[in-house]
Amino acid sequence: MSHRSFVGLCLLPLAVVTAAFFLLPMARLIATGAEGPQGLAGYLAILVEPRYRATLINTVLLATATTLVTLIVATIVGMFLQRHRFPGRSILIAMLTFPLAFPGVVVGFMIILLAGRQGVIGDLSSHLTGQKLVFAYSIYGLFLGYLYFSIPRVILTIMAAVQKLDPGLEEAARSLGAGPWAVQRDVVLPALAPAFVASGAIAFATAMGAFGTAFTLATNIDVLPMLIYTEFTLAANFATSAALSVGLGVITWFILALARSFSGSAVAAAG
Amino acid sequence: MRDRLLFTGQLLFTLLVAAFLVVPAGLSIAAGVTVNYFRGIASGVTLEWVAQVWELYAGTILLSYVIALATLAVTLLAGVPAAYALHVRSGKISRMIEELITLPVAIPGLALALALLLTYGGASEFRRSWLFILVGHVIFTIPFMVRSVMAVFATVDVKTLDEGAASLGASPWRRFRDVIVPNAVPGILAGSLMVVTLSLGEFNLTWMLHTPLTKTLPIGLADSYASMRLEVASAYTLIFFIMIIPLLVAMQLFADGKQTR
Repeated sequence: MSHRSFVGLCLLPLAVVTAAFFLLPMARLIATGAEGPQGLAGYLAILVEPRYRATLINTVLLATATTLVTLIVATIVGMFLQRHRFPGRSILIAMLTFPLAFPGVVVGFMIILLAGRQGVIGDLSSHLTGQKLVFAYSIYGLFLGYLYFSIPRVILTIMAAVQKLDPGLEEAARSLGAGPWAVQRDVVLPALAPAFVASGAIAFATAMGAFGTAFTLATNIDVLPMLIYTEFTLAANFATSAALSVGLGVITWFILALARSFSGSAVAAAG
Repeated sequence: MRDRLLFTGQLLFTLLVAAFLVVPAGLSIAAGVTVNYFRGIASGVTLEWVAQVWELYAGTILLSYVIALATLAVTLLAGVPAAYALHVRSGKISRMIEELITLPVAIPGLALALALLLTYGGASEFRRSWLFILVGHVIFTIPFMVRSVMAVFATVDVKTLDEGAASLGASPWRRFRDVIVPNAVPGILAGSLMVVTLSLGEFNLTWMLHTPLTKTLPIGLADSYASMRLEVASAYTLIFFIMIIPLLVAMQLFADGKQTR
């Protein structure tokens, strides 16, 4: 057998699996999206239909808030951990990164333990103020859940980026008379920009598509993945759920592709 | 003085964030072995809930391992040769293929699951078996295996090794088996850990693809969160932690080893 045909043979299993279980189903999904009573216009429903549009806006706002807060928190923590050496540092890093592999459902349960009916936050607040604070099942609970799974990912990226910074630049700025805040604002933060874009995009895309956490906290939160799920399973509205999930897929893919063209490295969303 | 204050402030903030992440996990571990969570740990320590989870959900744990190992087998068989082919033939088409197989990572699991259901939902034998879930897991995890192996190929000069072996008269298959695969071992191991960890915890796809007879661990978890008392749900989560933490530690050690080398 020639080398060329051997290499072709090496690609064959992957090609078969991808064609049968990804390309074909995706084509079917896209076609189904246009099979509703409105035809191709079904794809516009996500923007035109008030209920879907409200959900889309809701989801985008939630994902944006998650991304911004995660970036701020992770930058403070990541910079601190990378710049200082102290006893217990590696344990702290391990604690901050171990939720990485938690599925969305488990994250939802963590939020229930924090802010649910028997949660610590409720216990504390009823001790302090006499009022039991329970917000796990509202949009604030979901927001907390999204923070829970995006903070570890982003901390790792920021730490890696801080490690690559050239300390000489900061020293130069300081020796030229820049104060600590000016150094942060004009030297450190701009140098971290690619890491912000890459990890922010992952946080955003993950928060847009996350289903497990919303499913566990469930009840009355209006986000896109829950809408797709209820349209498909409860309303058996295949065309709409297909159109909505194609829309959601395009959004998350686009955000990640945009981030990659900025930062040049591979980014992935999971959870 | 100022530095001291800044350091303390940042440390406190970091500890607060760590507490946010760790406290609920700790609570869940504690609740899983507490007689009555509402009355607190003072009510006594018990393994009753863990035993109850085992009785109710042992099947889901077993199926999760079966699916994770089957996913690993398929991603190895399809992913490793493909990574080699994509590396050797590094052209425009190879990059497109790489891009294409990475797409499922960027698309929400819900969309992938709907696509599979709409296409194969009618094929009832396939739809009802655990192979349906396997297919979803393979599509979702294979890019991690391919990328992980390709990353190793980028650091060792596989092309030269391959050509060297070819000039000595080794057949393509022997070269693949005796030269390529042994050199790819670090990438294969890292990819395998990733694939198994992702498969064991996968929920978004699996929730849509499962049937009452093909429930995996995360499906059982969601079920227990919705319908069981807090102690049972916590004990189940505890079992999941015990399954997943060794994999995470192994991955961490692996990454550290790579950094120091």
